[in-house]
Amino acid sequence: MSQHVFSMEAINLTKVYLRGSEEISAVNNVSLRINKGDFISIIGPSGSGKTTLINLLGCLDNPSSGELFLGGRPIFNNTRRLSENELTKIRRETFGYIFQNFYLIPTLTVLENVMLPLTFYRKTGSENHGIELLKLLGMEHRKSHLPAQISGGEMQRVAIARAMVNRPEILLADEPTGNLDTKRSAEIVQVLQEINQLEGLTIVMVTHNQELARQADRLFEMKDGLIDEIAE
Amino acid sequence: MITKFQVAYKNLLRKKVRSVLTLIGIALSAWVLVSLLGFNHGYKTALNKDIDNMGFQLMIMAKGCPYEAATMMLKGGTGLRYMKQSILETIEKEPEVEKTTPMLMQAVFDPNKGESGGIAAYLGVEPKSFSEMKTFFKFRQGVWFTDENAYEAVMGYEAAELEQREVGDMILIPEKNIQFKVVGILDRTGTQDDGTIFVPLKTLQKIFNKTDELTTIGIKVKKDADINRLEKKLYTLPDVQVVSLAQVKQTIIRLISTAKVMVLSTALIAILIAMVGVINTILMSVHERFQEIGILKTIGAMPWDIFKLIWTETIILCTIGGVLGVILALILSKITEVVIRRILPYSPSGGLVLIDLKLVLITLAAILCIGLLSGLYPAWRAGRIRPLEAIRGEAGR
Repeated sequence: MSQHVFSMEAINLTKVYLRGSEEISAVNNVSLRINKGDFISIIGPSGSGKTTLINLLGCLDNPSSGELFLGGRPIFNNTRRLSENELTKIRRETFGYIFQNFYLIPTLTVLENVMLPLTFYRKTGSENHGIELLKLLGMEHRKSHLPAQISGGEMQRVAIARAMVNRPEILLADEPTGNLDTKRSAEIVQVLQEINQLEGLTIVMVTHNQELARQADRLFEMKDGLIDEIAE
Repeated sequence: MITKFQVAYKNLLRKKVRSVLTLIGIALSAWVLVSLLGFNHGYKTALNKDIDNMGFQLMIMAKGCPYEAATMMLKGGTGLRYMKQSILETIEKEPEVEKTTPMLMQAVFDPNKGESGGIAAYLGVEPKSFSEMKTFFKFRQGVWFTDENAYEAVMGYEAAELEQREVGDMILIPEKNIQFKVVGILDRTGTQDDGTIFVPLKTLQKIFNKTDELTTIGIKVKKDADINRLEKKLYTLPDVQVVSLAQVKQTIIRLISTAKVMVLSTALIAILIAMVGVINTILMSVHERFQEIGILKTIGAMPWDIFKLIWTETIILCTIGGVLGVILALILSKITEVVIRRILPYSPSGGLVLIDLKLVLITLAAILCIGLLSGLYPAWRAGRIRPLEAIRGEAGR
């Protein structure tokens, strides 16, 4: 793993929401550096701001203040805010997303779901990546099945393959095991670990499950919008 | 690879009943539209054909002369007015005129006709020019007379039926006591020609002592010529009246215009309902897939991609619905025709609903345009969904 090459750097990232007239700092001056090939996990209780942080890191939202660099390239700073189209362009170039609810399209087969991102944007060499990923994730035999015909754990594997089909630089997983039982959850985290090791992919995982979070290389804890790295 | 079309098509299969109901709505409005356009086209064509079957578009006659056999019968065979045959040359000089045919109508009282006698009408015609105009005449028996001075007759279908005559039989002109040999009997035409006895013009002029006199001149106008201009010029001729079949056509078209407006209004309402149905279906589908659309944007879809995806769904619905509607219209065109015939005050013979390829393409294009318009708003809304709101499941929809 090539250390000290920054995949992502956040400096004083802050996100403030208005609830009525009250200002809520969901993310408060968060600074962190994620190296290329890191597998990091962020834990914290509900409402601690971990999902808001991953949304900022994943360019799903503009911060209220602070800076974000991706591979040394400035994305946000205190004066620069991006439009929805600009955010989409960055997202499809850089990130793969995994969600708690999988969000597979029920009318498409497993393989079609995996290939779906290529319908909108295709990096060179991604054309045949879908089948390779299904093989890697042990889902090739299910490629013609519909999402309703496979288990929750399998659905999440398909979602992982979909997130990786366009060869992203960073994989963001928000509560990827939130809808799975203990056994399937462990399997999914193991899959993420394998991908991290085999493909050298940077992974940021948000979870409330401490045991699973400890499988990552680095562990962060969020509380009241503030972040701390926990030395293991 | 999966294309946007496949994604859109498969999305429509998600709620099959809803998609089918929307398709039925579109198909019904396409059916109404294509049937209406087909009727419009068919009615005009049939009317033109009926008028063409008369062989000429204009008739010239001496002022006050009845131009219909029925009118002449009502007047007891009297009231005929005459014009000089030389007028024919003047008319033929007009550039709009393609052909002319001179005619002389004569009527006599036939005591043997019916129970207490009746009027027998004879039409003197030039065998060549008249048969050229009435090319649609079919002979049940025999042929046209060829000698302009012969004592030969061709009988209309009903005249022959009434007189019980066959080719080779003789007929007698009462009052004149002159016999004509029947050389031809026409098939039924559905016009007043069916009750007419045609004889050579010169022979009739001689018998009735009307040499160089005519009652009527039939004029066939050149294709694309300005009939109205010709009519105006003919009105300047002394002591003649002009009867234009174009006028007759206009009167009939005006008669049915009310019925057409009603059908058109129904079609427009049907189209509007179908449009609202499409908007509702697609909008509901967008609403239900709020999160899914947000995820598509997360995995790389731009607003325009989502717009195209949703628009494609609308286009698929409208194309299939349009095609089904056209097929329905083709299958049910005979029934539609029967219904329209019952509604209309006058309908010409022949097919009333005429659906051709051009009409089918126009209808499909119209339905597609309606679909594209209907899809605009849902597609625009879908394109505006922000991924973050979708993931949070916020109902900022």
